[in-house]
This record gives sequence, C-alpha cells and structure tokens, in this order.
Amino acid sequence: MTSVVTLRCEGVRKSFGGVHALGGVSLGFAAPGIAAIVGPNGAGKTTLLDVITGFLRPESGRVTLGGRETTTLSASQIARLGMVRTFQELRVIHHASVLDNVMLGRPSQRGERLLFALSRIGVAKQEALNRAIALGVLEFTGLRGKADEPAGQLSYGQQKLLSLACCLATEARILLLDEPIAGLHPEMAEHILKLLVCLKAQGKLVVFIEHDLGAVREIADDVIVMDEGKVIAEGSPLEVLARPEIMEAFVA
Amino acid sequence: MDYLLHLIVISCVYVTLAVSLDMLAGHTGILSVCHAAFFALGAYTSTLLAVRLGFAFPLALLAGMLSAAMFSVAVSLPSVRLRDDFFVIATFAFQLIFSSLLNNWTVLTRGPLGIPGIPTPRILGWTVASRGDWVFLAALMATVAFTAARLLTGGPFGRVLRAIREDESFARALGKETNRFKATVFAVSGAIAAAAGSLYGHYVGYIDPTSFSLGESILIVSMVIIGGAGSLWGPALGAVGLVALPELLRLIGFPAVLAANLRQVLYGLLLVIAMVLRPQGLFGKYGFER
Repeated sequence: MTSVVTLRCEGVRKSFGGVHALGGVSLGFAAPGIAAIVGPNGAGKTTLLDVITGFLRPESGRVTLGGRETTTLSASQIARLGMVRTFQELRVIHHASVLDNVMLGRPSQRGERLLFALSRIGVAKQEALNRAIALGVLEFTGLRGKADEPAGQLSYGQQKLLSLACCLATEARILLLDEPIAGLHPEMAEHILKLLVCLKAQGKLVVFIEHDLGAVREIADDVIVMDEGKVIAEGSPLEVLARPEIMEAFVA
Repeated sequence: MDYLLHLIVISCVYVTLAVSLDMLAGHTGILSVCHAAFFALGAYTSTLLAVRLGFAFPLALLAGMLSAAMFSVAVSLPSVRLRDDFFVIATFAFQLIFSSLLNNWTVLTRGPLGIPGIPTPRILGWTVASRGDWVFLAALMATVAFTAARLLTGGPFGRVLRAIREDESFARALGKETNRFKATVFAVSGAIAAAAGSLYGHYVGYIDPTSFSLGESILIVSMVIIGGAGSLWGPALGAVGLVALPELLRLIGFPAVLAANLRQVLYGLLLVIAMVLRPQGLFGKYGFER
C-alpha cells in the first residue's frame, strides 16, 4: 500500500455545443492524499470528473493512471483499474438492501459470469466472503445497523454514505467523489470528512468536489480552483484560499 | 380431458416464453417486443432441420436455441447501447423484419403456406406420442426454463441485473460491464424462447408465420406485465391466465367465434386495467415507471 499511484490529466478539452466545459486542463495527483476541486457552478468540475472516470470522452488531451492511458477505456474498465467515483445526485439501488448495494461493488465476482451463475459452482463460498467484506465496509462507514434495510429507505445523508461504501467495496485505490457532503447535516458531514481522512491513512487518493471551503481547509492537502473550464490556481488550501483574486472568482 | 391436456401443453409453452421475457423486461428493465421472433427462430430452425434433414428432436432443439442466441447477439450488438424506449423500437423493427422474412423467404419457410408434417419427437428411444407424454415434456421444459431464470436473476448475476434496471451508470461506475450483462440476458432469454418454439412446432406438427407475429410478442409482454414483471412467478401465472381466459369465456357460453375475436380486446383491456390499477402487475414488486 505504500507504492505511489499517480493520476494525470494532460491538456484535457471537452466542449458541449459551443461551450468549452474544459479548456485544456492539466493536473497531477498522487496516492495517498486528499485533493479538493473547488470553483463556481459551471466551472467544469463535474465534467472533469466525468472525463477522468470515462463517462465522457475528451476531444483532446489524455488521462493516465499509473502511467497507463485510460482515455480510450470505458467507464467500467477504468473502475476495474482501481479508480471509482460517486455522483453528485444520489445513486444507489433503491429496491435492493444496503448490504446488496455494497456487495454489488465487490470486484471480479464468479457468480457474475453466465456459466457460474447457472451452475453455481463455487459461488456460495465467494458470496459468503464478499458478504463478510461488505459487512466490514458497512461497519467502517457506520451503516452496519442498516445492512438489511432497503437502500431507498435510508436518509439522504445515509444514502450519500452508502454510495461511498459501495466505492470502498471495490477496493479501488483512487476515489473521486462529487460533492460528498453537500446538503448534509453537519454531524454527517463531519463523519464523512473523518472517513476520508482515514482512507488517506489507508493509502488511498481521495479527490473530491466541494463548495464548502471550511471542509476543504480542514482535510485537503491540495486544492484545485477551477473557473470557466480552466484551472486558475493550485496549491495548499491555506495559501490558495487566502488569495483575494480566488475569492473574487467565487463571489462572481 | 384431451383438450385440457392440450391446454396444459400450450400453457407450459407460454410460461416458458413469459418467464424468459421476464428475465429481460422485469429483472433487467429492458422491454423487448421481438420475443415472438425468437419463438419463431426456434420453431423454424428446429422443424426445418427435422423435416428436411431428419434431425433428432434434442439436436434440433439445441440448434434452434443456438441460432436464437446467435441472432440475439447480432441484434444486441448495435442495440444494447440504446436506452429504454429506443431499445423497444429496435426490437420492434427486428420483429417486423423477421415476420416479413418468414412470409417472404418462401424457398426456406414456404411463406404463408407454412411447414406441415413435422415429425413426432423421439428422445433416446422414447416416442413423445400421447398427450400425457407431451404434458410431461412441456412441463419439464417450463421447469428447466423457470429454474434457469431463477438462477440467473438471483445471486451476483441478478444483483447486477437489478442494478442495471434501476441505474445503469451506477453499475458502470462500480466496474460492471453492463453491456455484456444485457447482451448475455438477451441471448439466454432468446434461447429459452427458441426452446419453447421448437417444442411448440413439434407438438402442433405444423407452423406458419401467423403464430409468430407482432401480436404474439405483445401477448407475451402482456403476460409479463399483467402477471407482475420481475417476479418470475407472476409472469408464469399471467401466462396460464391468458391462455385459460378465452377457454373460460367459451365455457360460460360465449360462442367460439366471438370468444376468439374477443381475446385481443380482452388482453388489451386487461393491460389497461393493470396499468391503471396495479402497474407492478398482480404479483410484481416493481412497475415500469422509473
């Protein structure tokens, strides 16, 4: 867990119609660490996350993960390389139990292959193992008591937490979180921030989009400020967020 | 009595069809209106092999299933990427193309004249001759189909299918190759429908394109929706119900001609009632609304 994995974007461009959502973004991240992406609405933060995770294809530029180019890979291939994401809006499987949601995240499941699904050879054993791991993830995130409830019945904050738990179940090294604490009760927000710090200690790289600059100052090692599809500042939160021109961009 | 046994065989055929469609429509959330085309593919492939080349029933059945699976892959390659309603339209087009092929490729299918003289199946020395034999064979097929659907829609595979139904990008974000899952279910579902077609052709002894029209596809969809999509038991009971319904009408004194024509009206009416009163179907947990 001590090896350094780097995520790089080089000159990434993406436009929708005539709007340049990303106008040549170059960035580098290394695990372990916590990086925050901040910026006004429409700055291109989510678009950047979509491009990095393969949900959108950039027009030019490339993304590399540990030196390997991922720009041409599909979203699911990128996830299997150990880089997973959450979404700004709530995305969990409402009709399935909390535990099932987390188990869905487990990688390379035997029972997901047709012949094993039909023959069930060795599936039960692996299911039991995945179940135990998923329960461990729920324990870590504090959702253990909700394991058997339908995910749709959880509160908003708990569902946000669950989507993080699903990502953790994949054992990905890199987590890209789109506004993980937006709209949450302060207690729940604090709980999630603490978890992110724990994850860094476990060797993971956490990149999160956030509007709450207090949270950014609290846990981020690096902050990236975006505006109109460009990175306008990058560095330690204390230094960057103290610059008057940066604060102006937010007010505008 | 003989007629009752006949109804049981036909019910088993439709249970197989409805259950196979439920894997796709109910569990994965992909509505397809070309199930009759796969039903036809099984029927035509196996009966042509049996009539023209003397294939034994089990081999002909397997060939029918295989051809349906291959065809479904060909259909799904361009269409699994399509979202919901566009996928329905793609399957609708496939159904129309297939129906027209059955009617017009006369060298192979004899078009509207149909294929008569389909031989009685023999399986390892057992000749499926009496109605009782057929009930046994058809019930066996329905049971195997139901079990296969149960296995595939439960466990880790079924978990991914449910995730695709509710939120495909969520599943992709967690590393699931959702297109592979959709294509796989589509192929398995098509192969099971083809098995039903193969058995049906050999049972009736004569097939023609009218048994495999778009109306037939919609009938299978109705069975799934009225019974309750996503529950397997629901669509199975829906199939039995919709097969039995016209017979019940006749039993309570409706003239045969009228009962046959009323069928379509009644199915439509039931579908509308189901959609209004119970969108999740009689035994289903989930509706088609998102």
